[in-house]
Amino acid sequence: MTFDWQYMIDVLPHYKTALWLTLKLAFIGIVFAILVGLICSIIQYFKIKALSNIVQVYLEIARNTPLLIQLFFLYYGLPKVGITLSGEVCGIIGLTFLGGSYMAEVFRSGMEAVAKSQVETGKAIGLSNLQLMRYVIIPQAFSYSVPGFSANCIFLLKETSVFSGIAILELTNTTKNLMGIFYKTNEALFMLVVGYLIILLPLTIFLTWLERRVRHAEFGN
Amino acid sequence: MLNSGISILFEGINLQRLLLGLLVTLRVASIAVVISIVVGIIIGVIRTSKNKLVQLPFRIYLELFRIIPILVWLFVIYYIVPANFDINLSSEVVALIVFSLWGTAEMSDIVRGAIISLPKHQVESSKALGLSPVQMYRYVLIPQATKRSIPPMINLITRMIKTTALLTMIGVIEVIKVGQQIIEVNNLEYPSASFWIYGIIFLMYFCICFPLSRFSRKLERKWAT
Amino acid sequence: MSEQVPILQVKKLVKTYGDKPVLNGIDLVVEKGKVIAILGPSGCGKSTFLRCLNGLEEVQGGDILLESESLISKSTDWRNVRQRIGMVFQSYDLFPNLTVMENILLSPLKVQKRPRQEVEAQARELLERVGLADRANDYPRQLSGGQKQRIAIVRALCINPDIMLFDEVTASLDPEMVREVLDVIAQLADQGMTMLIVTHEMNFARLVADEVIFMDKGNIHEHAPAERFFSDPQTERAQQFLNILQF
Repeated sequence: MTFDWQYMIDVLPHYKTALWLTLKLAFIGIVFAILVGLICSIIQYFKIKALSNIVQVYLEIARNTPLLIQLFFLYYGLPKVGITLSGEVCGIIGLTFLGGSYMAEVFRSGMEAVAKSQVETGKAIGLSNLQLMRYVIIPQAFSYSVPGFSANCIFLLKETSVFSGIAILELTNTTKNLMGIFYKTNEALFMLVVGYLIILLPLTIFLTWLERRVRHAEFGN
Repeated sequence: MLNSGISILFEGINLQRLLLGLLVTLRVASIAVVISIVVGIIIGVIRTSKNKLVQLPFRIYLELFRIIPILVWLFVIYYIVPANFDINLSSEVVALIVFSLWGTAEMSDIVRGAIISLPKHQVESSKALGLSPVQMYRYVLIPQATKRSIPPMINLITRMIKTTALLTMIGVIEVIKVGQQIIEVNNLEYPSASFWIYGIIFLMYFCICFPLSRFSRKLERKWAT
Repeated sequence: MSEQVPILQVKKLVKTYGDKPVLNGIDLVVEKGKVIAILGPSGCGKSTFLRCLNGLEEVQGGDILLESESLISKSTDWRNVRQRIGMVFQSYDLFPNLTVMENILLSPLKVQKRPRQEVEAQARELLERVGLADRANDYPRQLSGGQKQRIAIVRALCINPDIMLFDEVTASLDPEMVREVLDVIAQLADQGMTMLIVTHEMNFARLVADEVIFMDKGNIHEHAPAERFFSDPQTERAQQFLNILQF
């Protein structure tokens, strides 16, 4: 196996751009996914009537279909019925759609892990439902949710590789294109793997650290 | 909006072709799942060893599949092996290799997790009763660990099936590739083809994965202790 | 002081889980400043009774009057009522995500909207009284069970309730910590706080309570002055109960 190091230096700018795009899309997608997940989990926790059923249908659809097909449908299918979205917008919508359902699941089980007696005590000192959420349930649910939350962030970041199916020039697609032009497969794939490691290793380390930091709800009471 | 678009599904043998494509998808998935379960259980049991030298290589193996996206793995094996080792692998074989390696890694982690999460006193009381290690596994640990590992195992299978969608990217002629071919051929006649074809593939995946995840959730609830 | 309205009146209170009766028509009058111990075997409905008084359980019949104002109506604002009826639970549920001081201040600041300075001063004074002034900035995980329970009592007191309900507050404590918590409650009794106490600590009940009610299977079998109940129980059930507890 041989490597053309000069080639790798030459194409470095392409990878730099691709890496930033990957990070940007993942970040936006994850932020929206957190919002969607939070809203869905609160609806499910309080079992708000009609909404709770809609959320359930959404969760099942999002969790039981591949992201690639979701993206193909958005990117190639929707324009045929008059809705045209750019590749990047499709990517963000797809990641939010998928990620929202994973986040909702993690947050909901986090909320359910908060002891019933905590909720009762909160009521006994006169807190309203909203105050109960704000001061008691969400802070504790958060610390229960961190491991699942971390796993989801890493999962969603990796899922951005699927964006290469809809012509977004993120890391994987950039690699594919460069391979098609220069046939330097070893070098291109090597840089691709390094690219993901550059993003995911620090993230993994950071999330492990975060997990240790916020574990206050687990001991104590 | 063209409301005649949906009839593309019933044009000629289109639906039949899609279903055959789906069969390819499922063939790859099921072979990989079987390999993953068998090898995964063996490696999972090995990984319960307390020896660091035994743990480390398997740990690295698992982390490699956790950190690097499956699509990248598919590309790596698909392009690197023929280019450097003069071996020709069909894309379906590449898919099988990657999915089996990935499934095995995840499966071993599920099995290991199920075993080490068993309360320590189960091992201690088995020993106190004079059971041999084999008997201990056969009568005490495996029956309990099985219950703990089956729901996540089904979830993993669902994930593997969903991930087969990526096979189209290395040129396996599976359901999505067939769908794309149908869309290309019929593009003029049925401008809305892609909406309906991708829609139906979406539905196909849902029809396979939804019952599986329902089933695993049911078992999880039933076996919750 | 004549003919004062009782602070709390319970009339024919009925509570069922499905078709299983838990409380079959409880009657009770609580005068201001009285300490009432509620005794009885486990499963007799005594904890459920307390929870009904704080709106944590829905009741199926009867009435609860807080200073002659009925609490059994759809329009009852339990958040308001709970500021007048404080409650402390067996599981000393401090919020683990908040410090001791934050736990105490939460309701006075956010629910009652009182000025921080005033509440903080009161909180410090109460902490002083239970001997935990130096733990204000600790998190619950740094405290022992007995300390946590004393903080939970302070947290309930800081809302300035008229009545306090104690639901087996020492039941999950190690024996050597029971005393420090009971001391705090005894102090409150001396200060004239109206209290309903569900407990298994017979000596404590005898010492602190003015009256005792003895419950079994959802009914009050005996309601008597504390001293008389312990020295000369009238009903057979109560006699059996007290005998079992004596080795």
